[in-house]
Amino acid sequence: MARAVTTQRKLVFTAIGWLIGILLFFPIFWTILTSFKTESEAIATPPSLLFFDWTLENYIEVNTRSDYLKHALNSVIIAFGSSLLGLLIAIPAAWSMAFSPSRHTKNVLMWMLSTKMLPPVGVLVPIYLLFRNTGLLDTLVGLVIVLMLINLPIIIWMLYTYFREIPGDILEAARMDGASLSREIVYILAPMATPGIASTLLLNIILAWNEAFWSLNLTAADAAPLTAFIASYSSPEGLFWAKLSAASTLAIAPILVLGWFSQKQLVRGLTFGAVK
Amino acid sequence: MGQIILENVSKSFGDAEIIPGVDLEVGDGEFVVFVGPSGCGKSTLLRLIAGLEDISGGRILIDGQDGTRLPPARRGLSMVFQSYALYPHMTVYRNIAFPLRMAKVDREEIDRKVRDAARILNLTDYLDRRPGQLSGGQRQRVAIGRAIVRQPKAFLFDEPLSNLDAALRVNMRLEISELHHSLATTMIYVTHDQIEAMTMADKIVVLNRGRIEQVGSPLELYRHPRNLFVAGFIGSPRMNLVTGAEAERRQAVTIGIRPEHVQLSTESGAWSGTVGVAEHLGSDTLLHVEVPGIGQVTARADGEFPVRHGDKVFLTPESERIHRFDENGEAL
Amino acid sequence: MATLHTRHTARLMLSPAVIMLLAWMLIPLGMTLYFSLLRYNLLMPGTETFDGLENYVYFVTDPAFGAAIANTLLLVGGTLLITVVGGTFLAILLDQPFFGQGIVRLLTISPFFIMPTVSALVWKNMLMHPANGVFAWLATSLGFQPIDWLADAPLFSIILIVSWGWLPFATLIILTALQSLDSEQKEAAEIDGAGPVSIFFFITLPHLSRALTVVVLIETIFLLSVFAEILVTTNGGPGTASTNLTFLVFAQALLNYDAGAAAAGGIIAVILANIVAVFLIRMIGKNLEA
Repeated sequence: MARAVTTQRKLVFTAIGWLIGILLFFPIFWTILTSFKTESEAIATPPSLLFFDWTLENYIEVNTRSDYLKHALNSVIIAFGSSLLGLLIAIPAAWSMAFSPSRHTKNVLMWMLSTKMLPPVGVLVPIYLLFRNTGLLDTLVGLVIVLMLINLPIIIWMLYTYFREIPGDILEAARMDGASLSREIVYILAPMATPGIASTLLLNIILAWNEAFWSLNLTAADAAPLTAFIASYSSPEGLFWAKLSAASTLAIAPILVLGWFSQKQLVRGLTFGAVK
Repeated sequence: MGQIILENVSKSFGDAEIIPGVDLEVGDGEFVVFVGPSGCGKSTLLRLIAGLEDISGGRILIDGQDGTRLPPARRGLSMVFQSYALYPHMTVYRNIAFPLRMAKVDREEIDRKVRDAARILNLTDYLDRRPGQLSGGQRQRVAIGRAIVRQPKAFLFDEPLSNLDAALRVNMRLEISELHHSLATTMIYVTHDQIEAMTMADKIVVLNRGRIEQVGSPLELYRHPRNLFVAGFIGSPRMNLVTGAEAERRQAVTIGIRPEHVQLSTESGAWSGTVGVAEHLGSDTLLHVEVPGIGQVTARADGEFPVRHGDKVFLTPESERIHRFDENGEAL
Repeated sequence: MATLHTRHTARLMLSPAVIMLLAWMLIPLGMTLYFSLLRYNLLMPGTETFDGLENYVYFVTDPAFGAAIANTLLLVGGTLLITVVGGTFLAILLDQPFFGQGIVRLLTISPFFIMPTVSALVWKNMLMHPANGVFAWLATSLGFQPIDWLADAPLFSIILIVSWGWLPFATLIILTALQSLDSEQKEAAEIDGAGPVSIFFFITLPHLSRALTVVVLIETIFLLSVFAEILVTTNGGPGTASTNLTFLVFAQALLNYDAGAAAAGGIIAVILANIVAVFLIRMIGKNLEA
């Protein structure tokens, strides 16, 4: 494809591309902008774009008056907790399917993926009741377990595809070189699989952070992550747009940045390999 | 020290019997080559010896000890893989040092042995590089270095030269042969290339569909192939196999004559035919001749033999070089 | 590659995951099935009675059910339409060389990473609000009456919000597939005399068909369960105008405290999802052979 693209064509697409990009990004941009306005400014018409009194009062208020920090911490614990727990279970499972496949392996994998396709309402009632009766309702532990289970298929699947890319004969060479199974995993497999494991972790942190069914239904004041906390802004009293924007910006910023770096993982993880 | 004996070794994958039952003896210090077409089971046999696959039946004795149930790490063997299987995240030094680390050798001795191996294989300048920064031939040598450094009872090579280009392959062939002379360790070498087999082996094992067709020295296989398969496999260009009247006349079902044992003449001879393709290599000439009543016969002449497509030519097979085969393909 | 030694350990290493997922699948689902056959009010525990298929009848004959099914299909269908068509155009756009392409790409994929509660609230308040929202301001500046999006066109508004969030997913998938198209195929077509439109229809689109199918199937699975956006904007209303099956089950369970009916609804949702899942599994299975 070494033909020159005319500058004119490039400019046309630049204009179209930027227009669409700006339009799609606008809601996010607007949120970030509003977070720096005063409440009265936030609802003013016509809406102001640049020239207003920039203020940090919303951020200060979100951090001090509400329980924002607690819920942010909940999100972090839940996202990391469920992802790391998932990795713990998924790494051996993916190892065994990638390096010791049997004729059932393919069926097991597809069955695992099918569990992800279960609509959560199908098990809402029993899970809710189970949690209520075992005291897991509104606890971090409870939510970590549930999110781990719903994302486990994706974690296993992604690790499986990454492990399969490791040439089998390198592990055989390690075996010939005298490595026991555990040393084979520690010295050879793990270092080679680290990028894959990191990518899987990244995608799952994003998915767990943004999860908005179980985190809304299984938590209340104590264990609510940011998804639920922000939802409580849906029926507030008085002016709140600027504060909502500040809380929202803080809630989405880290994941947005992480997301920018995880595009490839997204495709791999969420299409279950059906698209290369 | 490095004697390996296979007693009635068989291997099945599920219902498919890949290797029905093989008996073989590899003497200490021998360079044995397993050769055969793809799918004949030569790599499988090698992996059974290495311990990378379980044996379905029979025994493997390594230096007199039964190694059948031993895992690869404890058989005292080293393997060089077709793709070299170097550890990509480790430097050359650490690649070669790895087996010694696994054997818990102390650091100073590891250093000494690694540098020794690097010196033998001309890798000293590359010790700090990663496999990704090396050429194919260099990676090959690192793989060999990693195998040498453990001072194994025997080396196992799984088609190590297949991934190299032609010129490099010739060089590496020589290097491996020289290595064998200097180390005097048993080497079992798998290849589909019968030229590699002929040039490097003390003993060749010809395999076909899991069975050993013949075991012998290169020249033995060349002069006295036991059946049609070995006759057609060993020797390049391929032996001419002729059935019909010519074979019957010599009390056989099939006769074979190697191209280099067919005399060429433009004047007279036993068979006459028309030249199809003429390959002039300068060093020799290969003619593919259409002989009516017989078929296509390939003949080789030393030096230059100026004929072209369509010319008439006479072929005479040297009678003491004719091989005769019965209806089962066995040599008579 | 596996010896007996490794095969045993392999089975051991696989078991925790299999056991957990099996339990996750069978136990709650089994319980839902069981509950769906009971008359069970969450506020009066201990008074459950066996009701047979009454719950299913009740759930299905509820007028809200018909509306919920229709809304679910509209929601899924509408979002699919917008994301697949939009995603294809966006993918083609992002495949072209232009200035600042990397940044535009980041801008366009951003909506996917915004948690649904935030995106719903931002759209509801700052964009769609009939008095102070940006859309209202745009309308009045152009001389039109501002629309009360969430009151007058609740389902459509939600479709808009959900599509905004899922467009990047479709775009990324289609773009990946687009870029895997061997340029030599296109060049061969050009030499054979094909123009850009023909190349698109005869070479690009067939190549994309697989990616498009995957996008449709995977999005459908997830879109059947849209929840947060509805909860936070319209609560399913006005009336049942924006209630989908998921929200209906939720409402029965946690608002009406009718666990039995909710369970029945849940089973129906599972059956619906299974139909789609069968196709998706088949597609993935084909890929595993490759």
